[in-house]
Amino acid sequence: MTGALTTTGLDLVVPAGDGWIGEVPAGGLLRIVDLHGNQAVDTLLYDAHDYANRYSAMDTVRAQAKVYLTTGSRLLSTGGDPLATIVEDTVGRHDTLGGACAKESNVVRYGDHTRHQPACRTTFLRQLARWNRCAPGGFELTVRDLGHNINFFMNVPVTVEGGLSFEDGLSAPGKYVELRAERDILVLVSNCPQVNNPCNGYDPTPVRLIGSGW
Amino acid sequence: MNPSHTVPGDAGWSLRLPRGYALRLECLGDGGNASMLAYAAADPIERLNIPDTLKAQLSGCVRPPMVLMSGHGRALCSVVSSTVDWHDAVTGYGPAAGGLLLDELATLGLGRRDVHATVNWFSKVAPDAAGGLGFVPGHARTGDSVTLRAEQDLLLVLCTARHPLDPDPEPAPAVRATVSPAGPVSDTDPSWTFRAETIRALRAAAPVAVA
Repeated sequence: MTGALTTTGLDLVVPAGDGWIGEVPAGGLLRIVDLHGNQAVDTLLYDAHDYANRYSAMDTVRAQAKVYLTTGSRLLSTGGDPLATIVEDTVGRHDTLGGACAKESNVVRYGDHTRHQPACRTTFLRQLARWNRCAPGGFELTVRDLGHNINFFMNVPVTVEGGLSFEDGLSAPGKYVELRAERDILVLVSNCPQVNNPCNGYDPTPVRLIGSGW
Repeated sequence: MNPSHTVPGDAGWSLRLPRGYALRLECLGDGGNASMLAYAAADPIERLNIPDTLKAQLSGCVRPPMVLMSGHGRALCSVVSSTVDWHDAVTGYGPAAGGLLLDELATLGLGRRDVHATVNWFSKVAPDAAGGLGFVPGHARTGDSVTLRAEQDLLLVLCTARHPLDPDPEPAPAVRATVSPAGPVSDTDPSWTFRAETIRALRAAAPVAVA
């Protein structure tokens, strides 16, 4: 792990349907830029030194007593530790209740014709496999380690009556969100390939990841 | 007589609920709570997925006739009936419940990697128009109940600690769990006639599903 922690930042474009996994050291910044607008960037965080201490959507929501994530949101782990803080947000609202798309949940939501379409969970698992190959330590991350994620740039309003809806995103080309790592973290990203949901205008597009302060 | 167990307040518990059986949870004091984790007994890698459950049924809480869905697109159980109209599923469990749930998971050979968002039976955390959340005190009263029907063999892990946003300092009320045969499922079953998404998840859980 120490090798990755000595890298000096990051600047790359992740095409729709692709993903990224890497470490951000404590104090480091990671900016995610919605290059074309209304994209969904499914994101998971792990304590880089204790992968079972991972991002917890529900602990995060409860601690801030707000459904949506935005500037100031502290992204907590299952152990109650701050993994990262959202320090900049030009969108204003991000979802963490809607989860990630998967082949199986696509079938439930949209029907059997979607069974073999690309999905975020596949991307997550491919990225984990890549990490397992290159990271020392002998801890194999699997589907067991996929908690409930953040959907940056996605807009999923919860109604007073207890409903949930998927709305057009509030994001636009060039809008971004920036995280500051509060400890050494492992970041897992799937740039959502979903073509059945209005959240990204049925049109998945690339995003840019910029790391700094490493 | 149907087997029944009273889980004291502030305690953890687990049970196996076979397909076709019903679990009734009854609140034995005002303001009770039962946080629940759920796994497929055949392989706990398949577990309750609250985001999938909520988004597929366009709900911000759990209530009849929704089904709880696994991350593998299959129904775990149907929420057959409830005397309260809202069960929280978006605020998780606190440190006290977390310790008790992990104790119970450990006896099953499971651990921190296996936790997921709970359903907090009997608790309501109400959203406002801006997305703010507020705990509703005393949402459930003594005698309130909820009944689930297992749609596949389940491993359920429960904790009766108070909801983590409940400011009440008193010990948590007990919850009685009663298991009984669920009986035949009719053509007009509320879950089987709810949403297309609900029906697809139920079909995928059937023993002979090809999926």
